[in-house]
Amino acid sequence: MTEDWRTQISQIESLAKSLGLKYHPVELEVVPDSFMTEIAIYGLPVRMPHWSFGVRYIYQLIQHRMGLSRLFEVVFPGNPGRAYLAKSNSVAENVLVTAHVLGHADFSANNILFRQSQAQVGERIVEQAAAHARQIGMAIEEHGLERVETVLDAALALEQHIDVNRPLHRERYPEVLPEKAPPPEGDEFVRRYAALGPDTERPVATGPAKRAPIPPHPERDLLWFIAHYAPEMEPWERDIFLAVREESFYFYPVFACQIMNEGWASYWHARLLREADFLPHSMYVDAVKCHSDVVRPPASGDHVALTTNPYHLGFSIWEKIIEQHGLAYARKIMSEDDDFAFIRNHLTQELATELQLFRYKGPANGTLVVQDHDISALHDALLAPKYGFGAPTITVSRMHVDGRLELVHDHVTDGRGLDPERSRRVLEYIARVWRRPVTVVTVNSDNSPMEITVTPDTLGYRI
Amino acid sequence: MSDHVSGGSGPSSPGDAGWYDLFSRGARDWLRHNEKVREAVRRHLPQIVAGADVLSGGASTVRVPVRMLEHYRFRLRNSNEQQGVGQGPAKPGDRIGRPQQDGEYQRGQGGNEDGSIQYTLEFRIDDIVDWLWEEMQLPNLEAKQGRAKEDDWTREGWDRRGARSRLDKRRSLKESIKRRGVQSAAGVQPPPFTDDDLRFRQLARREQPAMQAVVMLLLDVSGSMGERERQISKTFFFWAIQGLRRQYRHLDLVFVAHTSEAWEFQEDEFFRVTGTGGTIASSGLRKVREIIDARFSPSQYNIYVFYASDGENFPSDQPQAQAALEDLIDDCNYLGFLEVAPLAGSVPDSEVGKLFLHLADQRDNVGAYRVSGSEDVWDAVRHFFASDA
Repeated sequence: MTEDWRTQISQIESLAKSLGLKYHPVELEVVPDSFMTEIAIYGLPVRMPHWSFGVRYIYQLIQHRMGLSRLFEVVFPGNPGRAYLAKSNSVAENVLVTAHVLGHADFSANNILFRQSQAQVGERIVEQAAAHARQIGMAIEEHGLERVETVLDAALALEQHIDVNRPLHRERYPEVLPEKAPPPEGDEFVRRYAALGPDTERPVATGPAKRAPIPPHPERDLLWFIAHYAPEMEPWERDIFLAVREESFYFYPVFACQIMNEGWASYWHARLLREADFLPHSMYVDAVKCHSDVVRPPASGDHVALTTNPYHLGFSIWEKIIEQHGLAYARKIMSEDDDFAFIRNHLTQELATELQLFRYKGPANGTLVVQDHDISALHDALLAPKYGFGAPTITVSRMHVDGRLELVHDHVTDGRGLDPERSRRVLEYIARVWRRPVTVVTVNSDNSPMEITVTPDTLGYRI
Repeated sequence: MSDHVSGGSGPSSPGDAGWYDLFSRGARDWLRHNEKVREAVRRHLPQIVAGADVLSGGASTVRVPVRMLEHYRFRLRNSNEQQGVGQGPAKPGDRIGRPQQDGEYQRGQGGNEDGSIQYTLEFRIDDIVDWLWEEMQLPNLEAKQGRAKEDDWTREGWDRRGARSRLDKRRSLKESIKRRGVQSAAGVQPPPFTDDDLRFRQLARREQPAMQAVVMLLLDVSGSMGERERQISKTFFFWAIQGLRRQYRHLDLVFVAHTSEAWEFQEDEFFRVTGTGGTIASSGLRKVREIIDARFSPSQYNIYVFYASDGENFPSDQPQAQAALEDLIDDCNYLGFLEVAPLAGSVPDSEVGKLFLHLADQRDNVGAYRVSGSEDVWDAVRHFFASDA
C-alpha cells in the first residue's frame, strides 16, 4: 500500500530537525499522476484558465507518453507548505520524496528571496491562486470568455516582465517632480555665489510645479505599469493583470533559485536517507536507486550531453561546500544567495572539471565546438538564460500625452534585437487592453534601429 | 514532533477520489485552444475550400492541416550562433554534431515555442456552409412558389385494407390493445391479433411546391480565361451550389463550357477544359436554352444560371447575346454573371457584364458582380444571394 511510507514520516522529521532543518509544517497529499502533470503545467494546483496552458498540456502528455519526464512531487512553499506526491510513486520513492520535500521546505522557509516574496505575496499561494481562478471565472461569467481571454492573452504574455526589486504593492508615481533640495548652507559654491552681491540673489521658483513625466524612470514592471496607467482599462481587467502579477512575484524565487533549491533538497534527501537507520534495508536500497536517477548527470560514460541537470549540478555544489566549509556555512549561503551568487561563488574551476562541464559554441544548426575551460565564461553561459526572469529586457520609456505607449528593448544588454514577428503579436495583445497605439523600439539583425507599432483600430480578428 | 507533517490528512484510502479527479483543467484549456484554431480556420475557409475538389457530392468533409497556436511572448530574434553548457567527457576543440531536440532541451520556460506539432482538423462541408451563411448573414433562398409545382404521393390517413408494405405496425398494435382491453373486461380470452386490428397507411396524390432545382454553370473557357480565372470561377460555383443545396432536396448540376461554340461536360472534365479562340457569349447562352428545353421544364424545375467569364465578348455578338439572355429570363429563377477581371472593383464593365447590368436594372432575378481574386468570391456570393431574396 502506498500509505506505508506515512509511518516513516515522523522519524524522518525528527531526524531532519536534529540535523538543523527549520521549516513550516508541510501538508502532504497523494494525487493522481494526471493531476501532477497539470500542476507542472500550470505551476500551481488551481490556476486561471487559459488556452496556452492547454498547448503545454498536450506537449506534456506527449512527452509523458514518450517516457521523457516523470514527476515525483511538487512542493509549494508557504505556511503550511503543501506537497503533492504522485500516486504512482512506490513506497521507497515516497520516503525519498518526503525527505526531498523537507529539504525544499527548509529552503523556502529560510532563503531570503522566498522570505521576501512570501512576506509580500502571502504564505498561502495555493489558496490565493485558487481565489484568482475563481475571480477570473466570475469575470468570464460577467464579461464573456472572449473579453477575459483578451486580457489574459496580454497579462500572461508579460508574465515575466515584473520588477522584483520593487515592492509588490506600489504607489503610483508622484504627479509632480520633487523640488530640488536647496544646497546645504556651508557649501563653498553657495558662499562664493552669495558674495557676488545683492543682484544675484537665488531665483525663487514660482508657478505651478512641473508635472513629472510618466514613467519618471524606465519602468521594468510592465504588468504594474499597464494595470495602473492604461488609459481606458476597466477595473476588472486591472484586477486580472494584478492577479497574474502577484503569481509572477510568487514564481520568481522558484525560478531564480532553481539550482540551489533542487540541489539543497537533493542533498537533504540523500543525507536523511543515509542516516535513517530506522528504514528497512530494502526500502533504503530502492530509495537510493531513485536518488541516483534524480541527480544523475545528463550524460554518462563516453556520452556527451548538451544540457545540464540542475539537480545534479546543485547537489554537487552543495556537497562540495558542506565538505569544505561545514553545514553552518552552507546554511548561511542557502539563506542569503540566489543562483547567480551561488554559481559564481561556488562553482569552482576544480568542481566544473570534476563534473565534466563544458561550454560549447557554434553556428545555429551547425557543428558545435567545445570551448576552453574558462570558469567565468562557463558561469555566464549557465546563468545567461536566468537573467530578467528569462525574458528580454524591456522597459516602458514613455507614455505620451495622447496615451501612446512606448517600450524600449535594451538590445545592448541582451546582445541582439527582438524577434519582430513575435513582438508584433505581443504588442497586439497589449494594444487591445491599452487601447492606444503601442510601440517597441529594438534593433534589426544588422543592429540598425527598428520600431514596431501596433494601433488598436487596425486590429481585426483575434487569433 | 510528528504532527508537523500532517500525514493523516488528505485522502486516506487509495480509492478515495479527490476533487481533482472530477475534471481536467488541462483538457478544458486544450479544448479551448482547439476552438480557437477552428475559429481561425473558419475565417479562412473560403480560401481553404477553394483548393478542395468537392463540387458535386464526393467528399463531404474538408481536411485542414493546422498547427498549434503559439501564445506569443517577447523573445530575442534567433541568433545565428548557439551556445550553452553541456556535460560529459569533452575536450576544448572537440566538435559535436547537431544537437538533438531532446525533452530536457525543450522543457524550458514556455516549452510551447516550437509549434512543430501538426494535426488535421476535419470539417463537414454542411457545417462550413452553415457557418458561412451565418457569418455572412446571407438570406436563405425561398423555393419559388407558384410556378414550379410537382405532384407527389403523401401519407394521408389509414385504412383497414392495403398493401402489406404499408402496414402500420404501431397503429395496428394500438388497435389490438384497445380491443383486448374491451374483450378481457367482458371476460373473454382475447386473441393477440385479428384482421380487424390491422391498419394500413393511405397515400394520396397532392400537389406541392417544387423542391427540385437545376443549376446551370456556364463557364467561358476561351484563351483569355487562365488558370487563375478558372480557379476563381470554380470557387464561386462551389459556394453558389452550396447555398442552393441548403434549399433544395434535389439539385441537378449542368456544366456548360463555351468559346465560340458551347458544349456540355461532366463535372470532372469541366474545369480541365481549355479552349482556344474568342468568346461568343450567345453560343453558351443558347446551349443553356437547349438543355432547359430538352431536360428541365421550367414548370418542373427551379432554374438557376451562373455564368463566369471575363466578359470579353465579340462586339458583333452583342445583339445575339442580349436576345439569348432575354429569352432565358422568364424561365429562370435567377441569372447571375460573375465577371472575372484582373482589376479590382465590384461593378462589371465588360461587354457581357454591361448586358447583365442593363437587365438587372429592370429585373430582380438578374445580377452581375465583378471579382479580381478568390478573396472577392464571398462578396459575389453575398451580392447574388442577397439580391435574389
